[in-house]
Amino acid sequence: MLLGVGLIAHYFALLERSRGLHTVPYHDLYGSMSLFGWLLALTYLGLELYHRQRSVGAFVLPFILVFFLAAHLAPADRLSPPAVHGVVFAFHVTLSILAYAAFALSFVLSIIFLGEERLLRNHKLGDVVWRLPPLELLDQMSRSSVLVGLISIAVGTALGYVSVDQLPGQNSFYDPKYIITLLVLALYALYFRLAGTAAWRGARASKLCIFNFVIVVLSFTVVNLYLSHSHRYF
Amino acid sequence: MEIVLVGLNHRTAPVEVRERVSFSEEQAQRAAEELRARGILEETLVLSTCNRSEVYGVPPESSHECAPGLSSFLSEFHSVRPDVLSVSLYHHYDREAVRHLFQVAAGLDSMLLGEAEILGQVREAYRFAHEHGATGPVLNRLFQGALEVGKRVRTETELGTRPMSAAAAGVKLAERIFGKLSERKALVLGAGEMSEQVLSHLRDRGIAQLQVMNRSREKAEELAKQFGGKVVGWGEWDSALQTPDVVVGSVSAEEPVLRRDIVERAMAARGNRALFLMDLGVPRNIDAKVAELYNVYVYNTDDLTEIVQQNRNARESEIPHAQGIVEEHVSKFLSWQASVELVGLVDALRTKLREERATFIRSRMEPMKHLSETDRAQVEKLMDEMLEKVLLEPAQRLRGEKELRRKIQNVEALRDLFLLNREKP
Repeated sequence: MLLGVGLIAHYFALLERSRGLHTVPYHDLYGSMSLFGWLLALTYLGLELYHRQRSVGAFVLPFILVFFLAAHLAPADRLSPPAVHGVVFAFHVTLSILAYAAFALSFVLSIIFLGEERLLRNHKLGDVVWRLPPLELLDQMSRSSVLVGLISIAVGTALGYVSVDQLPGQNSFYDPKYIITLLVLALYALYFRLAGTAAWRGARASKLCIFNFVIVVLSFTVVNLYLSHSHRYF
Repeated sequence: MEIVLVGLNHRTAPVEVRERVSFSEEQAQRAAEELRARGILEETLVLSTCNRSEVYGVPPESSHECAPGLSSFLSEFHSVRPDVLSVSLYHHYDREAVRHLFQVAAGLDSMLLGEAEILGQVREAYRFAHEHGATGPVLNRLFQGALEVGKRVRTETELGTRPMSAAAAGVKLAERIFGKLSERKALVLGAGEMSEQVLSHLRDRGIAQLQVMNRSREKAEELAKQFGGKVVGWGEWDSALQTPDVVVGSVSAEEPVLRRDIVERAMAARGNRALFLMDLGVPRNIDAKVAELYNVYVYNTDDLTEIVQQNRNARESEIPHAQGIVEEHVSKFLSWQASVELVGLVDALRTKLREERATFIRSRMEPMKHLSETDRAQVEKLMDEMLEKVLLEPAQRLRGEKELRRKIQNVEALRDLFLLNREKP
């Protein structure tokens, strides 16, 4: 309930900022993290409603809170409109950040899964295991989250190509960002394919999910800041 | 409006005495009726479980005065010699009686600390007594408070959340892996007492399907019938291990019956779906090397006993928290009791003063023959107004008192100074 209210309030804050920028906030750290935190909370709320399970909230919501706090501590750019606008571009940005948020969520769920699985296998239950969500629920939620991410990144990337195509004179398709995005898409598709198979289900799939998110972080940081020509934001 | 409790429990009486002093519903009703008819109690509630028999009541006079009568009644009612019963009985009055009941409802007084059944038993005893008109405003309030305490302790503390037997701990662990068991299947090896316990826990947790495998098919069928399960032929491992999510081993065997190669084959056939193995057999029923297999979780008797011990310690560490909730509600109840008593006392004081005023006026105005009827009525009216004025402010102040200790002191003082000759012990 509180999460829902928070989401609505944050939506209006983002809307206000978007009006000033004439597009979704993406080109500064404050704006992109704020949007990321909002989409992360939205994805979690969607998963909670879909799986009808609240037990994961206590473990996931602190991560969401950290992103909101980090966004508020990050330097905010002046409300100067960035170079690229348009509906297609706005959807490209929103869906891409939604994909990152969904992947981040599956990362958190996989970390909890591996920790709990290790405690259960080593018979070191302590006080923690009795409070953690069941392993199968974590696994299912992680897969649902990856599915949301996969669909978002696929559509978002396609829209990105469309919007690049519309830009006069800047239609380079050889940016490292494109390559790593396609790699992320392929890795998560692989995870989704393997997570249900006999050899990979359980801990191995969770490890792959964690590895994939490391690549996402690289894409979001190193590639954006140092390698990409057209995605140098923050 | 005092409260008395006379009873015995697993700490004060051996089972031979407890079973003789237990009440059926019909006996509880009859006891309440007789206690009222004899003028021992105005309100009665009998709480009778396998570990305790307790009579809660509101006596017409002092609770201390009615206690011996209540003990004699119990002795007579159950045909137990008074000297046999008296060593086992405990008596609690007012605050102590309230505290005792709240501790009982919280599971703090149970043989198995924090057990949940007692709250249901308290609820049922209250419902029965209330339906049969045995309770009144005081016991209604008291038992509603007890139910609230029990509920709060179970939701706000971990006193009752952790399993306290190896079988229950195993089933709870299965829930840590699979979540709700309502779509899961279990296979139990063996048809002894331990298997029965586990089956009972699995059924309570809503397991979708139960299978029993035992060397003696007859015993397996008997147990399967009792729990609505199916029987699987002994040793048919390849087919038996394909579907269950939980396997419980509780057979007498010199060697492990579930070897690594058997489970390895089964895991390959079931696509490595997680498998929880609970080994309650001594010697162990499941080869220790099975635990090395991917997605297989094995817990033996020692592991589960250690969990139970940890849980016992965890439950004990929750006692202060639960006790805090009990004390909060004891104060709340006593505050309500004092407020109700205060209202009654102020009313009684008003009546007494009016009576005094009537006698006073009669005696003093008798010689004043010159006063007309209207004058006399006027004088009486003025005196009434003055009495109300004198009473009103202190009564309001007494009612508004927030601190429980002072509130009770005020009630005592009012009763002692102005009113009734009820002697306090």
